[in-house]
Parts: sequence; structure tokens; C-alpha cells
Amino acid sequence: MCLAIPGQIVGLVPGTDLADADVSGVKRKVNVGLLDDERLAPGDWILIHVGFALSKIDEQEARATLELLETLGPAFTDDLNALREEE
Amino acid sequence: MRFVDEFRDSGLGRELAAEIARLADPRRHYRFMEVCGGHTHTIYKHGIEDFLPPNITLVHGPGCPVCVIPMGRVDDAIHIASEPGVILTCFGDMMRVPGGRGSFLDAKAAGADIRMVYSPADALAIARREPARRVVFMAIGFETTAPSTALTLRAAARAGIRNFSVFCNHVTIVPAIKAILDSPGLRLDGFLGPGHVSTVIGCRPYRFIVDAFHRPVVVSGFEPLDILQSIYMLLKQLSEGRCEVENQYTRVVPWDGNPRAIEAIRETMKLRPFFEWRGLGFISESALELAEAYAAFDAERIFRLPGVRVADPKACQCGEVLKGVLKPWECKVFGTACTPETPIGTCMVSSEGACAAYYNFGRFTRERVREAVR
Repeated sequence: MCLAIPGQIVGLVPGTDLADADVSGVKRKVNVGLLDDERLAPGDWILIHVGFALSKIDEQEARATLELLETLGPAFTDDLNALREEE
Repeated sequence: MRFVDEFRDSGLGRELAAEIARLADPRRHYRFMEVCGGHTHTIYKHGIEDFLPPNITLVHGPGCPVCVIPMGRVDDAIHIASEPGVILTCFGDMMRVPGGRGSFLDAKAAGADIRMVYSPADALAIARREPARRVVFMAIGFETTAPSTALTLRAAARAGIRNFSVFCNHVTIVPAIKAILDSPGLRLDGFLGPGHVSTVIGCRPYRFIVDAFHRPVVVSGFEPLDILQSIYMLLKQLSEGRCEVENQYTRVVPWDGNPRAIEAIRETMKLRPFFEWRGLGFISESALELAEAYAAFDAERIFRLPGVRVADPKACQCGEVLKGVLKPWECKVFGTACTPETPIGTCMVSSEGACAAYYNFGRFTRERVREAVR
């Protein structure tokens, strides 16, 4: 029920709280009234739940998470250890 | 970046699982509760339990709004649907939920006008299109969904749409978590906190879990890597002797949530003194009803509801499953009398219900999971 999916803003509908969003290739109208403070623009990613955008997705944070995960793996630690041994 | 596939990378997942195995103390048995039905769904769909060492057990929490709707509320909704001129609208998940006298599907087959909608805004659109009918939206969901009902109510009030009302069944997650922590005999070592609820309420409301119950919380996203990273973060806290509220889902969850969403809920709704949760019983201040200013849109005031409390069928053990006391397959009727096609209990209805998720994805690894639970 709390399922929410990412979509990308294609355009904003002037004079309304609505935006056109591309959700996995499907275009649909999304209410972005809860994100008035975010200054949304085409290209931005939003998290959509039952037709309403709940939050703007932070691409930098997403990259930071993935980068952190990459450093957690044993391959990375092994490399790091090997480097240390070389020193 | 598309924010989905990246967080399903199996290579990274395996590496993360190896780190989890390295971090888990073999002398301990960890029990972590994933609060959301969405987490449960991911865990079974992607076989996350198979990646975890045997001394980590995931306990499924109460965060499935369809699962916690008591049978009496379903009966009340069907009563509304049978009033003259009414169109009852609801999310698709609700259609099969059994009430004391059948489900919405049964009522629809018997002639009631019950329609599935994707969004409360679609329910309002039906009301605009059909001014001669009375359109009622059966609102369910946690804080994730309540803002969309709130904005729809605002829009209805602003446009002066008189034939639209809401049968409000919104619930709040914090009292449910508290009820679980208070329930005797359930040992938990930490929580995977609700990701999408937190986009609205933020991470601060979980402080009590840390302060009063001394259990770590990691607000978690819903992709496989999110779940694995959150488990890793919980283990890390425990191994370092820390107990904090942390946010794994930073790409989506702001620490303070969405103030506009909270404002919209506060304007249109208020806390009920108490509400019955399926399986958990009556919990005080755990659900929302419409505020006085929106009384004209409140189906509970417009229609005279039976409001009868209906006991769950004797064979049904949803309550134990919702509290994490029983695993789905330990229920007496799981997969035999109770299946997604003919559910007896709510946990088998919603795709996020632990029983349905397990029935659809998890059955083949049951032996493996059994070992893990031991």
C-alpha cells in the first residue's frame, strides 16, 4: 500500500498543482502540490504514491549510497589491504 | 540513473551479504523487524533471507494498511455501498478483503456500485462527472497515503463538490510499533523503519524506540540493496554498542519529512481517541478521522453505520502474523484453506501481506527459512 515509485517530470501544467511525469515509460499526470517548496523542473525525479508526489529524489544522495556500498564489498577491502601491504 | 535497477545490482548485493555475514556475531541470534509490508514483499520477492546468515531472522511487522483493517470496517463500507445512489471507490487492494458478510467483490457481484481507483483524485473526478450520485472514497493507509486524501479533501472543499465524501480509515505507524514493543514475549534486536511513511513524518518520531526501548532503528528503502544495507547498518550499530535512529533511504527521506504534507493532514483530519486494528486490538490515538471543518465530507457522519465489531474467524491467525509472533507458514490455514484466491485473513489479501508475499515467492525455500528460524 505504501508502494511508491520514481517518475521523471516531463513538464509542469501551468496554473495547477499538476505535472506530467514519465513513470517507467508511461506518461501520467501527478499532483506535485506537496513539493511546492522544491522548485521542480522538467528532468527532476519524484517519488509518486497514488498519483501524488511525496518527495523529490535526491540524485546526489542516491549516488553517494551506491558509492558507499561499493566500498563495503570484500573486493574493495581486499584491494585496500593489498595496497597497504605494498606500502 | 533510474533509481530502481541500480539498487537491485546482484553483484553488490552479494558483496553486501558477505559483509553482513562477517559482521554478525556467530554467538548471537539477531531478530530484526521490518515494519512495512513493502519491505516484506521485497524480502520474499528477491529471496533476501537466502542471502543472510542463519543467525539473522527477519520478523514481519504490522505495516500493511490493508492487513490491519478489522472486518467490521469492511462491513461498514459495504453498508455504505448499499445505500441508494452511492458509488463506493477504493484502492484495488481492498476488493478481496473479507468482512463479516463477504468482501467488496461479493457486494459488487450482488449489485453494489463499487469501483477501484488508483488515486483519491480519481474518486473526486468521478464525483464531478456524476453529480447525481454520492461518491464515497474508502481511505486506507498510513501517513504515506493520508496526505493524498487530505489534498483531495481540500480540492473538494475548494470546488464546493457536495456529493463527495471520505470513509476515513487512515492509521498511524508509531502507535502500532509501540504496541509491538509492549507486547510480551516478542524479542527484537532492531527495526527496519518505514521508508515511505518517513517521507511524510521524517525520522524524529522513532526516537522513542531508541530512548525508551533501546533498540536501533534504520529507516529503510524498498529495493534489495536498501534492505541489505539497512541490516548491515543495524549490525554495525549493535557491534559498536550504538543505539540510534539512522536513515539509509537518504535519496528519498528528508530527516524532517514533508512539512506541507503534515500540515495538510492536520488541517483535514484529527486523531481518533482509539481505533481497532486487526490482530492488535484497540490502540489509542492510532488512527485519523476527518476534522470538524471537513464534517460535510465525512461518510461516518453522512451515513448511519452499523459499526459492529466482528471477531476474526477462529482459524485465522493474522494477529500473530502481524505482531511477528508467527511466521506465515506456521498459521494453521496457510496455503490450504487460506490462499490469495480465497483469503480467510487479510495478510493473504494484499500483495504486501506477509502471507501473500510468502505464498507467492517464498514457498520454495521454506526448508531453508525453517532452519534459519530454529
